[in-house]
Amino acid sequence: MSTTESQARPPDNADQWTEVQSSAEFVELRRRLRTFVFPMTALFLVWYLLYVLLADYAPEFMSTKLLGNINVGLVLGLLQFVSTFLITTLYVRYANRKLDPLAQKLRESVGEDQG
Amino acid sequence: MTTLAQGVEGNSPILNISIFGAFVVITLIVVFRASRNTKTAADYYAAGRSFTGPQNGVAISGDYLSAASFLGIAGAIALNGYDGFLYSIGFLVAWLVALLLVAELLRNTGKYTMGDVLAFRMKQRPVRAAAATSTLVVSFFYLLAQMAGAGGLVALLLGITGAGGQAVVIAAVGIIMIVYVLVGGMKGTTWVQIIKAALLITGALAMTIWVLAQFGFNLSALLGGAVETGAANGGEALLNPGKAYGATETSKLDFISLALALVLGTAGLPHILMRFYTVPTAKEARRSVVWAIWLIGIFYLFTLVLGYGAGALVGPDAIKAAPGGANSAAPLLAQALGGPVLLGFIAAVAFATILAVVAGLTITASASFAHDIYANIIKKGQVDDKNAEVRVARITAVVIGAVAIVGGIVANGQNIAFLVALAFAVAASANLPTILYSLFWKRFNTSGALWSIYGGLAVCVLLIVFSPAVSGKASAMFPDADFAWFPLANPGIVSIPVAFVLGWLGTVIGGKADEKKYAEMEVRALTGAGAEKAVVH
Repeated sequence: MSTTESQARPPDNADQWTEVQSSAEFVELRRRLRTFVFPMTALFLVWYLLYVLLADYAPEFMSTKLLGNINVGLVLGLLQFVSTFLITTLYVRYANRKLDPLAQKLRESVGEDQG
Repeated sequence: MTTLAQGVEGNSPILNISIFGAFVVITLIVVFRASRNTKTAADYYAAGRSFTGPQNGVAISGDYLSAASFLGIAGAIALNGYDGFLYSIGFLVAWLVALLLVAELLRNTGKYTMGDVLAFRMKQRPVRAAAATSTLVVSFFYLLAQMAGAGGLVALLLGITGAGGQAVVIAAVGIIMIVYVLVGGMKGTTWVQIIKAALLITGALAMTIWVLAQFGFNLSALLGGAVETGAANGGEALLNPGKAYGATETSKLDFISLALALVLGTAGLPHILMRFYTVPTAKEARRSVVWAIWLIGIFYLFTLVLGYGAGALVGPDAIKAAPGGANSAAPLLAQALGGPVLLGFIAAVAFATILAVVAGLTITASASFAHDIYANIIKKGQVDDKNAEVRVARITAVVIGAVAIVGGIVANGQNIAFLVALAFAVAASANLPTILYSLFWKRFNTSGALWSIYGGLAVCVLLIVFSPAVSGKASAMFPDADFAWFPLANPGIVSIPVAFVLGWLGTVIGGKADEKKYAEMEVRALTGAGAEKAVVH
């Protein structure tokens, strides 16, 4: 690393990183992270694009009135807000339960304890 | 407040300036206090990594809810109805990319800049140069957007309509901003963002409740009011998608292109990425994104009400006729609701917004120059004097501030929401593919990084230059010239996929990736081992 300040960091032993990377626990941590974030990203991107395409190419459907002046488009738009808040909350719960404890353990095994 | 307001008729420039002046004085005091502890590079660039997640979350929303978000979106909804609302949805959903894929991993592997992460396992000098280049380009577009908005605002709020007078005010705003950055560094700038975000969100909340109260807290009645007042401006069409973008097949495609840039751009904005370094751990970075998502989401719900409220209570004709056009919808609504006092408050908040966002951009751009180019490329990572890097950053900040002032004067009157959309397109094309590849793709290597940064940047900027936004149309930057051959105003639909493909192609053609470095990066990214710590004073 060409950085400009010296700092506390674990011994720069490149083999140590490779060891940790191939350890069963790290493989599990990576699996847990990726099995959550990749499908979730695909999900919200598809849902967002579906919404955009509907607004673009199915304006009549989006203009269908549901309640007074409130139409399908507005409701679907507000649901984008709801889904964003929901995914945020789900991720935080998942990270606190499934990712953080494992990351903490691995961090300690690299010889570092940091909250 | 209402009784006081009723006593005065119309706009009061002196009142507006006084409220804004009070904001400047208070924030300057805070900045000077914060500067006492700014000594090292980590203090100057990353506020000693000492902010909590919630504090940083508020600051992020302060950075993100720029003049374009507040004035631009409210105006777009007032004039174009539903199509304006689509902006805010893209801006919000984009935060999930930052939350799920970028924020924590970036915090764990970087130090001060985006270049730290992109160059982690690559050849330092070329990749840092590329990262710094794209950081400077994105920041420049974003800066232009903010400063361009300042001119119209000045005209509306201070009654200064002459170009010369507006230029003086833009210069004054720029100079105050430079003082914030020079004196307070990242800590001072962060506090300015926090104060500004609190004022902005509170002000928008008050106006939202006020507007809703006028319509018996009935959203449908509010929409009906906007349709009625805007009868000559599309009426019913205000509620339906397609008013702004539905005209032709090209404009529909343009809209998809815009939507892509909005959702993929946020996690590639250097000034947002840099905010993740101001907290002590990845977990705090996560908390800050969560806070930011809630605040930004709630704020955009307010702008929906404010936009339709302006459409209903002020009317599209009055908005279009006002100096500043669409950007004046929110200030005019404030005047219609609470008279000069509320207008003065909202005007001051809008100014503060420009000031704070420009300060955040300036510190990001100057950090990238000083840390990536000066310290790591020119000095090859061997800066003898630790203060030298910060000194270079401060000098750069002054230069960037000067460029912002000149750019703001030149770009005065351009559509700010559009300029911001361009900044997002460049960020989504040049930065995001490279960030994702370097965090998640083992084989990614130096040539892949260079191809995706420079390729994405070049394709995006070229398409913008040859787009109808720059020439060939009455609304273009150069309406008298016509060299446009790319049909879309938004390049994202082409430039983002091209950047991903180039990153892949460059990797395949290039050499073998440094596997040991990748092991270190991946372990550090996921576990937080060896991450930069908070500075203890």
